[in-house]
Amino acid sequence: MSQETLRIQKISGHAGTVAGEGTQREYTICKLIDTTTCIGCKACEVACMEWNDLPFGETIFGNTYQTMPETRWNYWNLILFNEHEREDGSLMWLMRKNQCMHCADPGCLAACPSDGAIVQYTNGIVDFQQANCIGCGYCITGCPFDIPKLNPQTKRVFKCTLCTDRVGEGLEPACIKSCPTGCLHFGSKDDMLDLAEKRAKQLRDHSNYPNAGVYDPKGVGGTSVVYVLHDAANPELYGGLPKDPHIPWSVKLWKGPLKWLGNVAMVGGLIGLFVHYLRFGPKDRDEEEMKAETKS
Amino acid sequence: MSQSGQILPHGRVLRYELHERLTHWTAAFSYIYLLLTGLAFYTPWLFWIAIALGGGQISRMLHPWAGLIFFLAVMKMYSMWAAQMRTTETDKAWWGAVGHYARNEDDKMPPAGRYNAGQKLLFWGFFWCSLLLLLTGAVLWFPEFIPWNLRFLRYTAVVIHPAAALLTIGLFLIHIYMSVFAERGAFGSVIRGDVSVEFAKRYHPGWYKEIVGESSTPRK
Ligand code: HEM
Ligand code: SF4
Ligand code: SF4
Repeated sequence: MSQETLRIQKISGHAGTVAGEGTQREYTICKLIDTTTCIGCKACEVACMEWNDLPFGETIFGNTYQTMPETRWNYWNLILFNEHEREDGSLMWLMRKNQCMHCADPGCLAACPSDGAIVQYTNGIVDFQQANCIGCGYCITGCPFDIPKLNPQTKRVFKCTLCTDRVGEGLEPACIKSCPTGCLHFGSKDDMLDLAEKRAKQLRDHSNYPNAGVYDPKGVGGTSVVYVLHDAANPELYGGLPKDPHIPWSVKLWKGPLKWLGNVAMVGGLIGLFVHYLRFGPKDRDEEEMKAETKS
Repeated sequence: MSQSGQILPHGRVLRYELHERLTHWTAAFSYIYLLLTGLAFYTPWLFWIAIALGGGQISRMLHPWAGLIFFLAVMKMYSMWAAQMRTTETDKAWWGAVGHYARNEDDKMPPAGRYNAGQKLLFWGFFWCSLLLLLTGAVLWFPEFIPWNLRFLRYTAVVIHPAAALLTIGLFLIHIYMSVFAERGAFGSVIRGDVSVEFAKRYHPGWYKEIVGESSTPRK
């Protein structure tokens, strides 16, 4: 924690330089989720709540295992249960651990107007700093994965921290520690991608999943959470995992060209009016006044 | 019967009644607050404004409420002034001669009524932008209640809201410039309510003619 300022490489709503920008770091960290070996036991959900000391919220009962429809401000890690019928009529139960993807190019951070409310560390973790959050919800609009959630009482937004406090001390995230099947792995991004590719190849070659593959979407610059999917061609099957996620183009337009055009127009307008006044002055300088001015 | 447009003693003409002036300042103060807090969220280089105005959280909380007040004031303006803001033939000629207006050659301008064509543009620009700002502002106010499959509403709002705000900022800058710096005496019309006869004749000859025609015995 002591090196925190140095380790930050992106800051939301920030004018000026960033302390850790361009500093070198050997590797970025990554969580690997192998959906093919997840059994939906929800141990990771419990571990997340315990470690982060989150108050429990109400559950729903709709005759399925899905006792909560989506993540909440106080529920950062949720298994999505999806029943999928294959072409041959057989049933597949697709389970996906859903949480913040820790995008390399985070839409939440791009959209956030508040200085330091969202930061990205050089290890790849995207972390919300609630003390600086103003509750505008722009991050909700910026995120292509529907992850940031507003606490209606405090008007601050919360999401998975990738256990940045644990990782900072050299521990693995709480969810990883709790997984009984070993479908969760944690390490450097390179190692995790390597492992993921091997597992996908195994699925393709030996388990009759010709479409098995790795989900590390390039549209958001890659993510610090990657999936192995049985069917990487149809990520939507896994509870709406977007096929080609990217920062919404309107958010880019808003934070890019619109901002620069607006700034130039405002400054230009002010200068223009000032120069106009110097050149022409007030409208009602009549003959008398002009004469009086030239005399004095 | 409406009192504005009445000849007053000492060569003054009543231009805005008290309720018109109150409406103007309700809109003006709420707009300036919206402008400052809005700009703070618009660019990191101006985020310090939100800090100076009590902090980001407070600014975020109050901006939409100020927006509601602003919107109501604009609607009140609509009910008071819309009839006088209709475009006329003279307005087209006015735009044709706008270069003279910019060079302070007001004697070469076609005679304006109570409002010249530029003021009408200001009015309608603010009117339509207020509607846009209210609609998109409502989406920005409660983004957490917009369901995921209606997210295009949020995507639209984050662009339209600042874009409409920027349009009003352009109109607003010119409005301040004209009414405080260029047309001396205009500012007094929204403070005390009256302007001089010379002001009325110079900038709104059509309007002045109407008044003189109506009040046959100007009070001295
Ligand atoms: C008419 C009712 C209005 C409503 C309900 C409204 C609401 C909002 C909301 C909820 C936001 C998000 C941040 C925040 O809450 O502070 C916002 C941002 C903003 N508002 Fe408004 N607003 C209104 C009118 C205006 C007006 C008249 C202006 C003109 C200056 C304005 C300028 C802005 C700007 C520049 C932003 C920041 C946009 C960005 O982040 O790029 N708003 N507004
Ligand atoms: S609500 Fe989201 S976008 Fe707004 S200040 Fe908080 S973290 Fe930033
Ligand atoms: S998944 Fe959403 S909240 Fe997480 S880093 Fe990406 S954009 Fe931000």
